[in-house]
Amino acid sequence: MLNRHPMLTSLVRHAGRIAITVVVGGLLGATLVRVAPGFGIDEAELDSRLSAQSIQALRQAQPGQSLGAFYFQYFVRLLRGDLGTSRSLQRPVAELLAERAPETAKSVALGLVFGWTLGLSLAIAVVMSCSWTLDLMATLTGGLLLCLPAAVLALIFQLARMPGRLVLALIVFPNVFRYSRNLLARSASLPHVLTARAKGLGDFHLMFWHILTPAAPQLLALAGVSVSIAFTAAIPVEALCDLPGLGQLAWKAALSRDLSLLVTLTMIVAVVTLVANSLSDLLGKALSINLHEASA
Amino acid sequence: MKWARHLGIAFLATVAFACLLADFVAPSYAHQFRDEPGAAPSRQHLLGTDDLGRDRFARVLYGTRVSLLLAPAAALLSSLLAVLIGGAAGFAGGWVERIVMATTDLFLSLPWLFLLITVRALLPLNVLPITSVAITFALLGCLGWATAARVICADARSLAHSDFILAARASGSSGFRLLWRQVVPNLRPIVFAQFWISIPVFILAEANLGVLGLGVAEPLPSWGSLLRELQSYSAITGQPWQFVPLILFVVVVSCFHLVLLEQESPV
Amino acid sequence: MSRQIVFRSFLVLMIASTLAVAQNNAQLRFCLHSDPKTFNPLLAEEDSSETVRYLTGGVLMRLNRMTQDLEPELATSWNITEGGKTITFKLRSGLSFSDSTPFSADDVAFTIQQMMDPSLHSPTGDAFRSGDGKTVTKVLAPDRVSVTFPAAIAGLDKLFDQVAIMSAKSPRKEMAVLGPYQVLEYKAGNYLLLERNPHYWRQDAAGKQLPYIQSVRLDIQSNRDTEMLRLVRGEIDFINSLDAEYFDKLMQQNPALVHDSGVSLDSEQMWFNQVPNSPLPDYKKAWFRSTNFRRAISEAINREDLARVAFRGHARPAIGPMSPANKFWFNAKLQAHPFDQKSALARLAEDGFRFQDGVLRDRDGHAVEFSIITNAGNKYRERMATMMQQDLSGIGIKLNVVTLDFPSLIERITRSFDYEACLLGLIGNDLDPNSSQMNVWLSSGENHQWNPHQKSPATGWEAEIDKLMHQQATSLDPKKRKAAFDRVQEIAWEQEPFIYLVNRNALSAVSPNARNVHPVVLRPQVYWNIDEISISNEVARNR
Repeated sequence: MLNRHPMLTSLVRHAGRIAITVVVGGLLGATLVRVAPGFGIDEAELDSRLSAQSIQALRQAQPGQSLGAFYFQYFVRLLRGDLGTSRSLQRPVAELLAERAPETAKSVALGLVFGWTLGLSLAIAVVMSCSWTLDLMATLTGGLLLCLPAAVLALIFQLARMPGRLVLALIVFPNVFRYSRNLLARSASLPHVLTARAKGLGDFHLMFWHILTPAAPQLLALAGVSVSIAFTAAIPVEALCDLPGLGQLAWKAALSRDLSLLVTLTMIVAVVTLVANSLSDLLGKALSINLHEASA
Repeated sequence: MKWARHLGIAFLATVAFACLLADFVAPSYAHQFRDEPGAAPSRQHLLGTDDLGRDRFARVLYGTRVSLLLAPAAALLSSLLAVLIGGAAGFAGGWVERIVMATTDLFLSLPWLFLLITVRALLPLNVLPITSVAITFALLGCLGWATAARVICADARSLAHSDFILAARASGSSGFRLLWRQVVPNLRPIVFAQFWISIPVFILAEANLGVLGLGVAEPLPSWGSLLRELQSYSAITGQPWQFVPLILFVVVVSCFHLVLLEQESPV
Repeated sequence: MSRQIVFRSFLVLMIASTLAVAQNNAQLRFCLHSDPKTFNPLLAEEDSSETVRYLTGGVLMRLNRMTQDLEPELATSWNITEGGKTITFKLRSGLSFSDSTPFSADDVAFTIQQMMDPSLHSPTGDAFRSGDGKTVTKVLAPDRVSVTFPAAIAGLDKLFDQVAIMSAKSPRKEMAVLGPYQVLEYKAGNYLLLERNPHYWRQDAAGKQLPYIQSVRLDIQSNRDTEMLRLVRGEIDFINSLDAEYFDKLMQQNPALVHDSGVSLDSEQMWFNQVPNSPLPDYKKAWFRSTNFRRAISEAINREDLARVAFRGHARPAIGPMSPANKFWFNAKLQAHPFDQKSALARLAEDGFRFQDGVLRDRDGHAVEFSIITNAGNKYRERMATMMQQDLSGIGIKLNVVTLDFPSLIERITRSFDYEACLLGLIGNDLDPNSSQMNVWLSSGENHQWNPHQKSPATGWEAEIDKLMHQQATSLDPKKRKAAFDRVQEIAWEQEPFIYLVNRNALSAVSPNARNVHPVVLRPQVYWNIDEISISNEVARNR
C-alpha cells in the first residue's frame, strides 16, 4: 500500500528517520552533559551551615549511575509517558514543559513571522528596485542588528517598553535578509528573467514566477534552518527578558546540569529542528520536481 | 559600485594598520589608571577610560587586532566546512544526502555548551589569553557550519540537476572535479552570506563564552569583551563614547560586506 | 467652636477612611531573583525560599534587624537551663494558623522533631546539631514546651530566629503559617502572590491588626537591569540588595531612592589551595603552604583601591572573618593589612624568593605564576581579580584570571582540587560564629576551603583554631566565647588562610511610596519589619 502512495512512503521514512535521530540526539546530549565538569554538583554544598552528614547526603543524592543505565531507564519511563523529575526545580519535567512551551511557541512564532516578513520583503524590494542605496541601507541595518548583543537589544526594548519577545524577530531578520537577498539576486540575474522583462512581464509576475520560484527550494531550506536559529536565540532572549519559556528553562537546566531536563529539551529541539527541516526538504523537492517537469 | 568597495577596503586597511601600530600609538591596554575610572575623553585618553581606569582607545585597538584576525578565520573555517559538507551532500543526493542532513539537524540540536565547558576543563588554567581565545574561535568555526550547510545542500541539489552540469557531465567531467569546478563557484552567494554573518555572530559568541571561562582572559581585550561592557542599564544610558567599540564593530562588519559585494550576487 | 469640632471630626473621619482604604487595598511589590525551591521552611536554603519563609513564617523569637536584640514573638519568654542543653518556652495562647488551626506547644514540638530529623538534612536543623544523640521535646502544657539537645549549644536562643513553626495537625501542612502573610498564588517563573494572614497575632500600638499592607507580590526577575528599570518606573517598591553601579545611577536620578546602610556582614576573600594531594606541582604547593607567601600576597594587594574602584566606594577593606558590622563579635584590635609591596618583597625574600628584572622567582628559579578562579558573571569579582593582576605584577608575580561557570568552579574546589587560588565571597546571614563559621574554621569541616575535611589538623595553628572553636561552641559565657573567637580572628589575621579583601556595603533602593522603611545591614535589609510597612494612600488607591 505504501508503494502506491510515494508521498506517504516519504512521510513514513521521514518520521522514522526523525525518531531515530531524536533518540541518538538524546543520547549524545546526555553524554555531553554527563562528561562536562560540574555534573552532579549542588551549590548548596558551599552552605557553611550544613553539617558534614548533610553535605555527604547531598552528594549521594546526585545521580551517579552510568550513562547507559540512565538513558535506558529514561526511555523506559518515556514509553510510559513519564519524563522524570527536574532535580534543580524539584518538579515533574512534563509539568514544566506544559507551563513553558506556550510561551516559547509564542516567542518563536512571532520572531519567525516578523523576521521573515521583514527580511523577505526587504530582500524582494532590494532586488526589484535594483537600488544600491536601499541595498546598502538594508545591509547596514542587518549588520547593526547582527552586531548588537542580544542583551543590549533586550535592554533597548525594555527601555522602549516593547515586548521582549520581539527581539527574536531582530535576530532572525538579518539571517533571512542576507541569504534571501543573495538567492533572489542570483535568480534575478538569470537569462530568462532578462527575457521576461524584455517581453514586458509585470513586476509581481516576474518576482513570483521567475525569481522567487526558482529560489524556493533554497528559501524553504532557509525557513527550516531559521526555526532552529529562532529556537536557539530564544535561550538568551528569554533568560535576559525573564520570559518564562523553554529557553529560560534550558538555561537554568544547563547551569545546574539537570540531566533529565536537558535530555528532554535536547530531544524537543531535535524534533522541532528535524520536523521543520524535513518539511522544508519535502516541499523543496516537490517544488524542484515540478519546476523540472514544467521546463521539460 | 566600485567606489564603495574601494572605500571598504581602504577603511579595513586603515583599521588593520592602526592595530599594527597599536604598540606605538596607544599606551598599554592593561594599565589601570585607578584615579580615573570611567573618565570622559581627554587628550591623554582619547575615548576615556573603562570601569578600571584602562584606556579605552588602546583597548579598542588591541581588541580589534584580536577579533579582526580570529573572527574572519573562524568564519572562513565554518564556511569551508559548510561548503564541503553541504555541497557534497546536495550534489551526491540519495542516501548520502539524507544521512548528512540528518547529522546536520542533529548537530543543530545538541547542547554544544557542554562541549565548550569540557574543553575549558581540559585546558590548563595557566593557558595564555591569546591561546584561549584562539581555541574559542577555532571551536566556534568547527561548530558553526550546520546552519549554512543546510541551505548550501538545497542549493547544490538544485544545481546538480541544472543544464550546465548536465553539459559538464556530458563532456566527461565527474566526481570531485565536477563538484569543485562547476558547483562550488555557483554556491558563492550563500557562502559569502554565511561568511559575512558568521563574523559578528562569532565575536558576540566569544563575548558570551566568557561565562564559561572560554573567550579572552583578562587583561587582553577583544571586541566581545568591549561589547560586554555595554550590557547593562547603567552603560546603555551612559556616555556616548562608550559606544565607539560598537560603532567600529558595525562599520568594520559593513566594510566586509562592501568588499565581498561583487562575490555575492550583484543587485 | 462646634463648627471646629465638626470640621475636625470630618477631617479625622476622612483620614481614617483613607487610611482604611490604603490598608485594605495596598500591595507591596518587589522581585525575587529566582523561583523559590521549596515552601517548606525547614528546607529553605537559598535567597528566594528564605524570603518566603521570612514573610510567611511565625517564629518563637525574632532578632530585631535594627537593634540586633532578640525579641519575643510566638514565645513570650524563654529559659535556658542544664548548661545550655535545654530551652523552655512560654507561648502566647489563643493563636491560630492561617487556616484557623489552633496553635499550641504540640506544633512547636512537631516542628523541632521534623527539623532535627537527620534524614531531612535541614540547613536550619544543622545549626542546632551539637552532638550525637536525640533531641527531646516535652510538651509541659498547651502553652509550655521544652527542648533538650544532646549537648550544649552556645547562642541557642538566637538560632530560633530561623525556625518557622509548622502545624502538626493542619491538612495544609507547611502552607498553614503563623507569619504576617500566606501564599495565595504561585505562577512558576512569573510571580508569587502573598496575602495578609487573617489570623496574624500582632497588632500595632493603637490595637490595629497587622500587617498594614494587604498583599505582597513577588515577581520572579533574575535580570537586575530590568529590576532597576521597574523601580524607576514605579512598578516595584524596593530593591533589597542593590549593585554599586545601580546605586550610583539611581543616586544621580533621585538621591532619595537609595540607601547605603553601611558595611554589611558580607565579605570577599581569596585563598590558596593547600590540599596535599591536589594535582599541583610540588613547588607551587610549597609556595601556598608558606605563611610568608600568603602574607606577602596580602600586602601586595591594594584593598583601598578594590573598595574604591571595583565597588565604587561602596565597600571597605576587610580585616578578617568578621565584618565590623558585627558589633559584638568583630575583633576591633585588628586592622586591615596595609598595602606595602616593599614589605611583601621582604617577606618573600625570607622564603628565598628573588625579584629580578621584573619577575619574581623562587629559590629553585621557578617564575612565580599562578591562576585564580572565580565565578563568571560576577562583575565585582572579575574586576577585583583584574586589579589584583596589576597589583601582583608590581612584585613580579604573573596572575592569570580564569572565570568559570559555578558548577565547574565548585567541582574544582570541592572534588578535584585542581585549582591554585580561588576568589569567592561569603554571605553573612548570622551574627553568631557558632551557626555558620564552625564548618569553615574546624579543620575537619567541609567548608574549610583551603584544605577541607582533614582527618587531623595539618598545622599547629589549625589545631589551635579547632580547640578555640570548640571552646566557644560549648561555653555559655559570652565574654569567654568572645575571647576565644577573638583569638581565632587573630590567628586568621596572622596566617591568612583566607586573604580577606573587602566587606561590601549594604545598598538598597526604596520607592518614596513605601512608608516606615528603615534599611539595615542584616538580611532582609529592607523588609525586615514587613508587618509595619505601609504604602502611601494615593498609590494604594491606584493599585
